Amino acid sequence: MPRYESVLDLIGNTPVVDVSALSPKPNVAILAKLEGHNPAGSVKDRVALSLIEAAEEDGRLKPGVPGQTLIEPSSGNTGIALAMVCRLRGYHLKVVLPTNVSPERRQLLLAFGAEIIDSPGSEGSNGAVRLAQSLSEANPSWVFLYQYANPANPLIHYKTTGPEILADVPEITHFVAGLGTSGTLMGVGRFLKEHRPEVQIWAVEPPSGEMVDGLRSLDDGYVPPIFTDNDGEHLLDRKVIVRPRESIEWTRRLTDVGLFVGLSSGAAMAGAVKCAATIDDAESATIVTIIADDGWKYLSTGAWSDDLDDVVERAKTTIYF
Amino acid sequence: MAAVLRIPTVLRPAMGGESVIAVEGSTVGEVLLKLTTTYPAIKGQLLNEDGTLHRFLNVYVNDDDVRYLGGVEASITNNDEITLLPAVAGGVW
Repeated sequence: MPRYESVLDLIGNTPVVDVSALSPKPNVAILAKLEGHNPAGSVKDRVALSLIEAAEEDGRLKPGVPGQTLIEPSSGNTGIALAMVCRLRGYHLKVVLPTNVSPERRQLLLAFGAEIIDSPGSEGSNGAVRLAQSLSEANPSWVFLYQYANPANPLIHYKTTGPEILADVPEITHFVAGLGTSGTLMGVGRFLKEHRPEVQIWAVEPPSGEMVDGLRSLDDGYVPPIFTDNDGEHLLDRKVIVRPRESIEWTRRLTDVGLFVGLSSGAAMAGAVKCAATIDDAESATIVTIIADDGWKYLSTGAWSDDLDDVVERAKTTIYF
Repeated sequence: MAAVLRIPTVLRPAMGGESVIAVEGSTVGEVLLKLTTTYPAIKGQLLNEDGTLHRFLNVYVNDDDVRYLGGVEASITNNDEITLLPAVAGGVW
């Protein structure tokens, strides 16, 4: 095994595993890229390091200078990844976190020394983004990396995740991933379209907007600037909604192939299965999907052990993505 | 074509408080245009003046986002389920 100088060197180059045993069609292979293998436990490790290195390059952050503070809205994984990188670099991190994330996410942020600023759970990630924006404006000395708009987010996926997928799965025909900030889909999608224009890019979304109480009208909605800046509407070939029940069912089904993963990964797998179902029996296809993180941070949700109806009901008020 | 329309919480006050209604139309645009006639309070909330979808409105036909199926031209068939959802950041279910 190689020897590494820093934990940060362990980010990326994640394994891909064949989960075709769960494919609804024998002519369609499904491969899962296991981003939970990153050191802080999720695909967001790539993004966090990229955002911080970009800020160091453009001078907004100065390595080694004490007293520097960052602020970022996150429902968990980006915050945790940033907290890990900030701990190593000596930056103070404030994470604006909706109150209704799983307690394990909160614990991990604290473990890496981040400070948590609560935002109303009923407003979801929209509320966290708004609060972080206003706090950043009120405190101009704080560095606001703003993962939803920072080009360093999709860029790292263009530079690393995309090439890794093409190298490991050259026969790829479809790429399926959760939308979120859209960084993964925009970066990987653009790379794949440039190198294999025939590859179809599918986005998976939970029915988020239904549960956000803070919306007064549709004009309070939000589309990540990254999505608009990368012309996401043209880059994506298809976008499907995956409901809580399907996400949890597929999170459970993934244990049949030995994978214990987070609930957004269950949603991505559900999306991959929907994608597989559209392939004609006479054709063959290879779908790659992203397993964003492992299941450890969601044990308290009872997703694997409790009654499915109860878990689905609780999912409506808890942020799992 | 007769379809079922699921209305998001944010639009319900202006649409009689219902969460699910029956609608008719052969395309998504036709259905949405009829809705703005029936419920004038949501005019401008569903469609832009040029007839395209409101930027923060996602419309799904049987779980597929219609922006990738031809937008307002996406066709509706009998018993389709149409879901309107506001676009929001990240993931709350």
